[in-house]
Amino acid sequence: MRTPEHDEEEPGIATGAAEGGVQKVAGVRGPALGAPLFEYLQRLGDDRLILGHRLSEWCGHAPIIEEDIALANVSLDLIGQSVSLLKLAGEVEGAGRDEDALAYFRDGVQFRNALLVEQPNGDFAQTIVRQFLFDAYSLLMWEALGKCGHAQLAAIAAKAIKEDKYHLRHSSEWIIRLGDGTEESHARVQRAFDGLWRYTAELFERDGVDAAVAALGVDVDLAGIRTRWDAIVDDVLARATLVRPADGAMRRGGRVGKHTEHLGHLLATMQIVARSHPGATW
Amino acid sequence: MPAPLTRERLLEVLGTVPDPEVPVISVVELGIVRDVASADDGSVTVTITPTYSGCPAMFEIEKDIRAALAGAGVARVEVRTVLSPAWTTDWIGPDAREKLRAYGIAPPGRAEQGGLITLSRARAAVPCPWCGSSDTELRSEFGSTACKAIHVCRSCRQPFDEFKPI
Repeated sequence: MRTPEHDEEEPGIATGAAEGGVQKVAGVRGPALGAPLFEYLQRLGDDRLILGHRLSEWCGHAPIIEEDIALANVSLDLIGQSVSLLKLAGEVEGAGRDEDALAYFRDGVQFRNALLVEQPNGDFAQTIVRQFLFDAYSLLMWEALGKCGHAQLAAIAAKAIKEDKYHLRHSSEWIIRLGDGTEESHARVQRAFDGLWRYTAELFERDGVDAAVAALGVDVDLAGIRTRWDAIVDDVLARATLVRPADGAMRRGGRVGKHTEHLGHLLATMQIVARSHPGATW
Repeated sequence: MPAPLTRERLLEVLGTVPDPEVPVISVVELGIVRDVASADDGSVTVTITPTYSGCPAMFEIEKDIRAALAGAGVARVEVRTVLSPAWTTDWIGPDAREKLRAYGIAPPGRAEQGGLITLSRARAAVPCPWCGSSDTELRSEFGSTACKAIHVCRSCRQPFDEFKPI
């Protein structure tokens, strides 16, 4: 359903002809976007970097020790995947920026992660619902990217899919356990779905960047992924005795650098050491 | 100038480099070392692949590989990281699996092929490396390192690690 709120942010639209092999993509109202493949790799890398950082915030705070270890493990996988993606993004950009430069020396408007992954941890139910919604999407994305025409990206995908299978199994089982658990856990996990649902549409929206990388051999069928994602979500919700939220107004903007207020706080924490001591090694 | 080391000798040297997190098996037995080659000038190129995207041990492994080869008289070493083909526990051979079991880590079963995911309740129980009982329970798919899961044996009451299939 398209509403005024839904229409507020327009994703970047590809404009102009290819110039020396680098096609520029400009946002309609957002910041100007760079070359499509660079943008695309940043989107993939930033999703995992930001979610990985969010999960790391649980380290030492999780409700049980096994979960503390699990969230730290998932965080490590996601940050590892982002290292591969941002390293490749830096090579594609060709401006001498490596994965560290991209992670620590970009500002909020330059981040391309979906709004979902920057949402605060909240209670454990919110963390695990955010994780489940992303894991199901991520696994399907890796499956598609593993067959794409960009050899390095396909290799990253083939590796990551093995890790994401564990992530999705883990988050799915928690959703079922919490939803089909106590009155309290059921209410909290349902509230988390209701609150985070508005950030899900953005994951499946195709814009000029997607169209431009399709021409380079990275052609992901987002509509097909949406259908399969719906099936996974519906299956787990049914097992968990939870209700799928209605599609209301959807938030978007992360893919073109327009973020919620939460990203700035996250970046301040994540980047402070690198920015205070640039070039430091230990 | 001494003759470049043979591939067999290089593999023998690399076979002495233990995995930092699972020291009972070497980086060769784990399948992390994908290839090794020496050039006419005596320099050696080692190709490695990470077990997990974020495995922090990879930095240590690279350092240990350089140190071991330096100890064998190799002056120049290039360590190259490849992601494809993606590492799988299916590359761990029977001898190494036995070493894992003797060390108290249940060796990995066959890696899951195709399909999206199977929820844990549908998975076969992992035999206890201490008493051999199959009456065991998965406590967490995530353990002390990225490559391990935590189980508990109901027979001998011991918790144990599983090298999880991937």
